[in-house]
Amino acid sequence: MNESRKAFWDGVRAEFPLLVGVFPFGMIYGALALNAGLSTLASQMMSSIVFAGSSQFVAAQLIHDSAPGLVIIVTIAVVNLRHMLYSASLAPYLKNLSLKWKVLLSYLLTDEAYAPSILKYEKDGVTKTSHWFLLGAGFALWFIWQISTALGVFLGAAIPESMPLDFALPLTFIAMVVPALKNRPMVAASLSAGAVALIAYSLPFKLGLILAALTGIAVGTFLEARQ
Amino acid sequence: MNIWLVMLIGGLITFGMRFSLIYLFGKFELPPTMRRALHYVPPAVLSAIIFPELLYRANQFDVSLGNTRLLAGIIAIAVAWFSKNTLLTILVGMVALVALQLW
Repeated sequence: MNESRKAFWDGVRAEFPLLVGVFPFGMIYGALALNAGLSTLASQMMSSIVFAGSSQFVAAQLIHDSAPGLVIIVTIAVVNLRHMLYSASLAPYLKNLSLKWKVLLSYLLTDEAYAPSILKYEKDGVTKTSHWFLLGAGFALWFIWQISTALGVFLGAAIPESMPLDFALPLTFIAMVVPALKNRPMVAASLSAGAVALIAYSLPFKLGLILAALTGIAVGTFLEARQ
Repeated sequence: MNIWLVMLIGGLITFGMRFSLIYLFGKFELPPTMRRALHYVPPAVLSAIIFPELLYRANQFDVSLGNTRLLAGIIAIAVAWFSKNTLLTILVGMVALVALQLW
């Protein structure tokens, strides 16, 4: 039991540097969700029901734009598709755990929990207590995400209406995309998605967004295969 | 559709994707093409949001110096490119927009 506890706290500690970066993000999300028209309770609960940062920002943007529910759901699904990669990558290390553990660790499987945990697994392999490390990293992130969302919702209510706060959403996305444009397929995926989004802008129900995203994904994948 | 229902279904799908291959280990693996495609999801989706946000004002395509969001967005793209710092990008972009609107 003591060893489990030690592994858990090791996971929490490994998560620390990431938490510093996540905290302001949670606050920005909380403030923006409220600003986009979600209730206080809904803004807060999205952080535990969906619990996936970038998809929560995108959902807030779509709610702000009054997109239909189905389009919001499809977009959340597309944005979170990458979690299947993490799921695939961790699966061999978790195969002997009980279903309960698999469910719990899956719920906590974010970008930030995955990063230190996969390093740990690749270094030390599977031990009796290694899943406690993932639990520690995942829980630490979950806890900080809830707290920072709450703080953001609280402070967001105090920001004057005249501030163009909704612009922080596309700015957040710019900050996420631009540093990832490291090679030609990435740039092409980004530009083609952007171009289709402009051309298809007038399609109903924000369908242009989904069409544009699929185009970008196809272009990037195709170019990478040709290289 | 009710926002709570949207969040619930969105949350279930997200959990389902996180759980999927952990649960199916040994029975199913991601095909290589899909693995490759998944890397392009974030830039594609986010770019599809960014471009219209910067280039459409009030449902009108607007490439002019009067489009303050486009100008502030370009500044933010430059900051993101050189600094790779998320918070700095958001901060400079917001300050730029407010300043451009006042000016």
